[in-house]
Amino acid sequence: MIEVKNLSKHYGDQIAVNNISFTANDGEILGFLGPNGAGKSTTMNMLTGYISSTDGQALINGIDILEEPMKAKKEIGYLPELPPLYPDMTVKEYLRFIYDLKKCKLPRNTHLADICRLVKIENVYNRIIKHLSKGYRQRVGLAQALVGNPKVLILDEPTVGLDPSQIIEIRSLIKKLGKSHTVILSSHILSEVQQVCDRIVVIDHGSIVADDTEENLSKTLSQEHKLIAQIEAPTQQVFEAIDTIKGVKKIELLKERPDSVNDYLIETDEKTDIRRELFEKISSSGWCMLGLKTQELSLEDIFLKLTMGESIKGFKNSSKEGQQ
Amino acid sequence: MGAIFRRELLAYFTTPIGYIFLALFYAGSGLFFNLTALRAGSADMTSMFTLMIYVLLVAIPILTMRTISEEKNQKTDQCLLTSPVSLWGLVMGKFLAAFLIYILAVAMMLVYAIVVSAFAKPDWLVIIGNIVGFMLLGAAFISIGIFVSSLTENQIVSAIISFAAMLMCYLLSSIAALVPVQWLSDVISGLSFVDRYTGFTLGLFDLSNVLFFISACAVFLFLTVRVLEKRRWS
Repeated sequence: MIEVKNLSKHYGDQIAVNNISFTANDGEILGFLGPNGAGKSTTMNMLTGYISSTDGQALINGIDILEEPMKAKKEIGYLPELPPLYPDMTVKEYLRFIYDLKKCKLPRNTHLADICRLVKIENVYNRIIKHLSKGYRQRVGLAQALVGNPKVLILDEPTVGLDPSQIIEIRSLIKKLGKSHTVILSSHILSEVQQVCDRIVVIDHGSIVADDTEENLSKTLSQEHKLIAQIEAPTQQVFEAIDTIKGVKKIELLKERPDSVNDYLIETDEKTDIRRELFEKISSSGWCMLGLKTQELSLEDIFLKLTMGESIKGFKNSSKEGQQ
Repeated sequence: MGAIFRRELLAYFTTPIGYIFLALFYAGSGLFFNLTALRAGSADMTSMFTLMIYVLLVAIPILTMRTISEEKNQKTDQCLLTSPVSLWGLVMGKFLAAFLIYILAVAMMLVYAIVVSAFAKPDWLVIIGNIVGFMLLGAAFISIGIFVSSLTENQIVSAIISFAAMLMCYLLSSIAALVPVQWLSDVISGLSFVDRYTGFTLGLFDLSNVLFFISACAVFLFLTVRVLEKRRWS
């Protein structure tokens, strides 16, 4: 369990992390999401005791990382952004070094063999690290974090540099580990967080802008309704017709096809449900409605909305409006 | 500490650093032994030890340049500083590993003494004094090197600054002679590594000199710990 209370980090006048608080429970995978430079790595470095916090407290299984660092650090497995590998050592030498460094008490050979099997690095066990590919290095880094079987795993962008099949493997491994460990995982890959994490903390400019499950996030954020309608009709007339419906805020052409079966994105305010009226209007005009669905906010939308505010919406839409 | 000590020792021999240091040391001492003792037909090895200080000035920075700067450069310090090891354990592990390599180098001096003893009766007290003095001087230089290494991420910068710092320590007595103010000159020459070292070459075992080198060693290792600590808190 990780408890973060009002944690801040200042570098001179610059505020890297500003008064953040969150909790990661046992058996939970917490996704730490934010654009580059948002303060994800700084927060993780504070949680692991690599750097101190300017203010606030970080508790690892109830132990303060700054007050009892030796005890707290034993509970943590940390994979930094760049795996901390010694290029001149073999994987075997390196993992044995980490084993000694963490003062691990588990039977050495079987424990290291288990970890190697788990992250699939058995075939490179005797190779020198500098000759390994990026994907293998990342996995050796993950192996390093698992040595000593720590209860808390802090993984900073664990799937960077892996190929798609490796990414799937590592994600399923993290999911498996999440059942028995507390895992904090940072990423700017949204689909990864969506797939792996139980809860998402979104951080931007050093502050937490959201802390919730993905479903709740999309629910609270999708204030306006968006409909996507596929209508067979002349474009200009459809625009005019839909514009007369009460509650419609914006219409745009999503996709134009040569047979004039076009997709329209219709934004309405949250109270009015215009679906019936829309259908009647289309059919009474003698056109054909081929499809109608509501659009839910994807994690991408949530992310952009939280981190960039409203401005991004205008930006995203402007390119499409240009086609009209 | 044990884990770091063992890794450092391994690193000296999986990279060329350990070999370069030992080769430099053995070649230098071999040359000076040949010139000052064998060819001169002298059983006195003191001048070899005195000349070896110049080799130390070059060789110790090579030995210590990567100790901490490389960890920083490759971000492996993240692994060390987030593991349950104290900063003192970390610094001492690195110091002891470098010192052990140094002992391996200095041990060769004993071989020369044995060679000399085949031809003449060497003054063992002077030789032991020289070796002890050389060990202490080396320990102090190594801790200076480690301290400088903790200040930079660049190994070359670390080596050059270490060299300059050690040269400075070596030249303190000459600098003291140039200072016109008497008390300042006394203070500077009191800190002179060479003056302290010369006592040992005469076979004199002065406790204050022993304490001087041990304190110098402790001070620079302490400063290294502070540098690491400061980086964490900055």
